[in-house]
Amino acid sequence: MAAKHRTLSLAKRGFDFEIFMWLFTRLSALAMYLCALIGLVGALIMGARTQVNPADLIRWTFMPNSNHVLMNTTLNNIANSDAWASLFWKFMGSTFIAFAVSHGLHGLLSVIEDYLRNRMVRRILRIVGLVLTLTMIAIGIYVLWTA
Amino acid sequence: MGLKRNVSLKDALRYQGNGPMLTYILHRIGGLGIVTFVGMHILASFVGGDIGSSINLIYEHWAFQIVIFFCALFHVINGLRIVILDLWPKLIEHQREAIWIEWAVFLPIYGMAALVIVRTALGG
Repeated sequence: MAAKHRTLSLAKRGFDFEIFMWLFTRLSALAMYLCALIGLVGALIMGARTQVNPADLIRWTFMPNSNHVLMNTTLNNIANSDAWASLFWKFMGSTFIAFAVSHGLHGLLSVIEDYLRNRMVRRILRIVGLVLTLTMIAIGIYVLWTA
Repeated sequence: MGLKRNVSLKDALRYQGNGPMLTYILHRIGGLGIVTFVGMHILASFVGGDIGSSINLIYEHWAFQIVIFFCALFHVINGLRIVILDLWPKLIEHQREAIWIEWAVFLPIYGMAALVIVRTALGG
């Protein structure tokens, strides 16, 4: 049986905050795939194929922080350690953190809200979630730039 | 309150959602696992010192790594399926096949990684 497509245009559906966050979750996921891909390709360009072991390459791909490659004592053969800690990777990591924290904490909030009946508690939790998101982004970026 | 649901735990466990339901549940569990790990990791680096390194010990343990790698890899692969199906709704007709492809990608990668984690743990 050929099911008829029941897709509504965005104008008919309305565009409220929930729809925005639904879309944001998808788009931030795509952005994180892109960040990870740039990290992986960049690491290979910087010589990861011969200088970095696979486990560290994966750690770097999840977050382009130079400590993820340079702190490992078995890897003293990194030739261009400055390149791994460059400004480009700091900004790339900050972008990654911002997307990851907002995507993750919004996800956490929507899982919790599915099990909460009290509207007041949900409203308070949203504010707590927003504050927590901003705090964690700030802490993450601080760690990335100072470590 | 529009959210009143009278479904007992027994009914909920009997719900035959099969494959799609399983991915939905694992996606949630995986997401929570990643939030826990990333939160711990960021805070451990921020706090540093003795407290930081004792948190490090938890997530560097091989048992924790097996669980967290399941969470992360499943969330990443299943998330890609969700993004593709949601942004191109016409593909939803093939959602069963998409879930099969997803497991075909997930299982070999996770199996290899779990093997390496266990072998490293045993070899020291």
